[in-house]
Amino acid sequence: MSATPSAVSVKDLTKRFGNALALDAVSFDVAPGELFGFIGPDGAGKTTLFRILVTLMVADGGSAIVLDDDVVRDLWSLRRRLGYMPGRFSLYPDLSVEENLGFFASVFGTTIQREYDRIAPIYSQLEPFKTRRADALSGGMKQKLALCCALVHKPEILFLDEPTTGVDAVSRREFWDLLSRIKGPELTIVVSTPYMDEADRCDRVALIQRGKILAIDTPHALTAAFDRPLFSIAAADRYHTLQAARGFPRVQAVYPFGATLHLTDARREVPAAQTVAELSSYLREHGVPDAHVEQTPPTIEDLFISRMGAPDDRVVA
Amino acid sequence: MTELAIDAKELTRTFGSFTAVDHITFDVHAGEVFGFLGANGAGKTTAIRMLTGLLRPSSGSARVAGYDVATESESIKQVIGYMSQRFSLYDDLSVRENIELYGGIYDIPRAELRQRVSDVLTQLHLENAEKELVRSIPLGWKQKLAFSVALLHNPKLVFLDEPTSGVDPVTRRQFWELIYEAAHRGTTVLVTTHYMDEAEYCDRISIMVAGKIEALGTPADLKRQAGVSSVDDLFVALARSA
Amino acid sequence: MNALVGLLRKEMLHIVRDRRTLAVLILLPIVQVVLFGYSIRTDIKDVRLAIVDPTPDATTLALRARFAATGTFRTVSVLANTSALETLFQTDAAQVAIVFGPRFGEAIGRGEAAQLLVITDATEPNSGVARENYVSAVVQSFAADLPPHRGDIRIDTRIRSRFNPTRASANLFVPGLMAMVLTIVSALMTALSLTREKETGTMEALLVSPLRPWQIIVGKVAPYVVISFASVIAVLAEARLIFGVPIQGSITLLLAEGLLFILVSLALGILISARTSSQRVAMMGAMLGTMLPTQMLSGFVFPIESMPRALQIVSYIVPARWFVTIARGIMLEGVGLTYLWRETLVLAVMAAVLLAASVRSFDIRLD
Repeated sequence: MSATPSAVSVKDLTKRFGNALALDAVSFDVAPGELFGFIGPDGAGKTTLFRILVTLMVADGGSAIVLDDDVVRDLWSLRRRLGYMPGRFSLYPDLSVEENLGFFASVFGTTIQREYDRIAPIYSQLEPFKTRRADALSGGMKQKLALCCALVHKPEILFLDEPTTGVDAVSRREFWDLLSRIKGPELTIVVSTPYMDEADRCDRVALIQRGKILAIDTPHALTAAFDRPLFSIAAADRYHTLQAARGFPRVQAVYPFGATLHLTDARREVPAAQTVAELSSYLREHGVPDAHVEQTPPTIEDLFISRMGAPDDRVVA
Repeated sequence: MTELAIDAKELTRTFGSFTAVDHITFDVHAGEVFGFLGANGAGKTTAIRMLTGLLRPSSGSARVAGYDVATESESIKQVIGYMSQRFSLYDDLSVRENIELYGGIYDIPRAELRQRVSDVLTQLHLENAEKELVRSIPLGWKQKLAFSVALLHNPKLVFLDEPTSGVDPVTRRQFWELIYEAAHRGTTVLVTTHYMDEAEYCDRISIMVAGKIEALGTPADLKRQAGVSSVDDLFVALARSA
Repeated sequence: MNALVGLLRKEMLHIVRDRRTLAVLILLPIVQVVLFGYSIRTDIKDVRLAIVDPTPDATTLALRARFAATGTFRTVSVLANTSALETLFQTDAAQVAIVFGPRFGEAIGRGEAAQLLVITDATEPNSGVARENYVSAVVQSFAADLPPHRGDIRIDTRIRSRFNPTRASANLFVPGLMAMVLTIVSALMTALSLTREKETGTMEALLVSPLRPWQIIVGKVAPYVVISFASVIAVLAEARLIFGVPIQGSITLLLAEGLLFILVSLALGILISARTSSQRVAMMGAMLGTMLPTQMLSGFVFPIESMPRALQIVSYIVPARWFVTIARGIMLEGVGLTYLWRETLVLAVMAAVLLAASVRSFDIRLD
């Protein structure tokens, strides 16, 4: 068995459900010790991909190697070495925090005691509630418990499927803080999330949409790959401004973005200052006198929008 | 003075010894897009249930579209729309059947209903999908359809509970355009969301922490007061100080 | 009015589009009508008759011929004395026996009362009474046809139901009841337990662990074995203490056979749950596939011989049928493995095959 540099090595992975193509020849590698993120909306194929990688499903085409084990042939060896947190809350609602954790520890032949030091960063936050039933925990607590259960048996790689979905902003931040603390050369972490802003907390990310990977790189490199200047427009009446900006003859795309609008110019080679000037005067002439236009650094979300093409078309196998 | 779509005073709800909603006071102006934010368990859902007439307040009062929530809840149901993330449409009914069902529930006369059904289908570009079962159409279509259905009977106020959960960034924005259009036509929109950037789209927002409203105002004002640059940071700052 | 109509229409659409539930809703009554219709038979046929005739003469031969001529009875054996009768009943070769008193014809010729003893194997309550009545009817019509100059003929029919002297219904129902209870706890609860795991999503977490299918199955199913066993003991104790139902044979053997039946039911429960991840469907599957056959086709309430041939053949694959026979044999007739080895073998083979199939059917993946 030769040592491969990658913790995860996927080539041309394809999966169909009836007529629907969930994964379309997906290929990527994850380095050991990386915190790798899959960013994409529902239906992008994140959950399907994860299920294949944790040996719960078999792909229709392509190959996947995790920690030198083939996900189909070597599933029993792999199941010892990986930790998995499914997208849905998958712990026993009628068992307490301690009972749930104890059960998962026992399944892997260990106990909470033995692993205590290692899981302490997370378990210490749960310990005050250790006799509470799992279904009585808040959303953020549930996620931490699920993470603990996935971690208790000292896996070499963690797959976390949308661990922060439906959880409030504060708990989301705390969760990512925890991930930063536990990751290390001996623990590769692969996470999926629909929240674009979480991409910045990963070492590298893959943008995934409708079964295809749109881009893979470090967050920094991805935003640097934005192929043209990006402009933000701030104005009081956003709705009206949006309608007006749509009429700008040079517009390539314009969309709301938080407190402002983002706009790209169809002409790539024109200097930014020129666009700012032309756009400002256009808006002023079209009923938006207070428009404030300036160049703005692109975010992952801007990149995603520019790469994803038309939304919500159905993909047929 | 603009009419108040929602006027809540010291609205409270307890469950045994637990206070889910703790004397909240706020109002929503007609035609506003109001963001009703807060962590899970902060009391948002309970508050919305009281405002839609599903749950009786333990104390305090609220008027929705002019009606009292405690004594006139049936009238409220006639003039509000509701779209919840967990459920709005029947999976095993077709697109058209869903629209017609809600039209029937709100007693929209036949001829008018027929017109509205075709308007919705056209507006959402769903003409070719009208016979498809909802369970097999993409999530983004479902959400836009659910929104249109919530507006079918021209309610004065519509409650949206995490309407854009899980969809791609473009579809989310398309959805918000639908919200803006509705607000433009005079419908008041109260929306809850976990996407903090969507909070910025709202005219005003409130943030609930442990049953109380800890922030109320325009996103710009609140950010300035707290000295932060995003609603996300505002949220964290409030939660941490609670 | 619009709203109500819309709501009704929606409900109809839901029902029509849920194919599985619809199938069960339509099939269930049809199946039940067929089963009930054919099972409840008060008429009897093809009753196996044993005849004990110590002193055959013209009269006894005439009466014997009368029985043969009815078509309802089939004479399986003619004995000179009652010693071999026991065996005939135990092996179920005979269901009714008539024992002529000594010098039957002479007594009638002298105008005395002649004795005729009728013995029915009444482990099935409905048929036992029916058979007695039939026998009486045949004998009475024979007596009425006797020439009057032979003097007064009085035939006493003393009817004694063997193997159920008190004819307490409890005796008869207990074996079938045990089968029902075990089917519910083993098959139904197992199916529910496995599908509940799938429904709540915890099965995903279990699967991605080193746990092998047999470990998951044993772990989930073992508690129900214990509970089933406890129920069996409870039922037996209750029957014994409250209703005085005897256990003629070996209790150990009964419990062992019970364990065998439990294993069969468990395997069925696992197989049912392998096909679905919905608790509702699992419950309906368990009802249709285990509880209904146990109730109708095991001989629990309705005797199998009275059913049409098709249903009798179907009953061969109903595990409860074999267990009820075994339980009745042990409890009411006190027999052991020497008589019940065939039925035990059938159950053992069923258990082995079904358990192997259930472990194989258990998905190690979600796909």
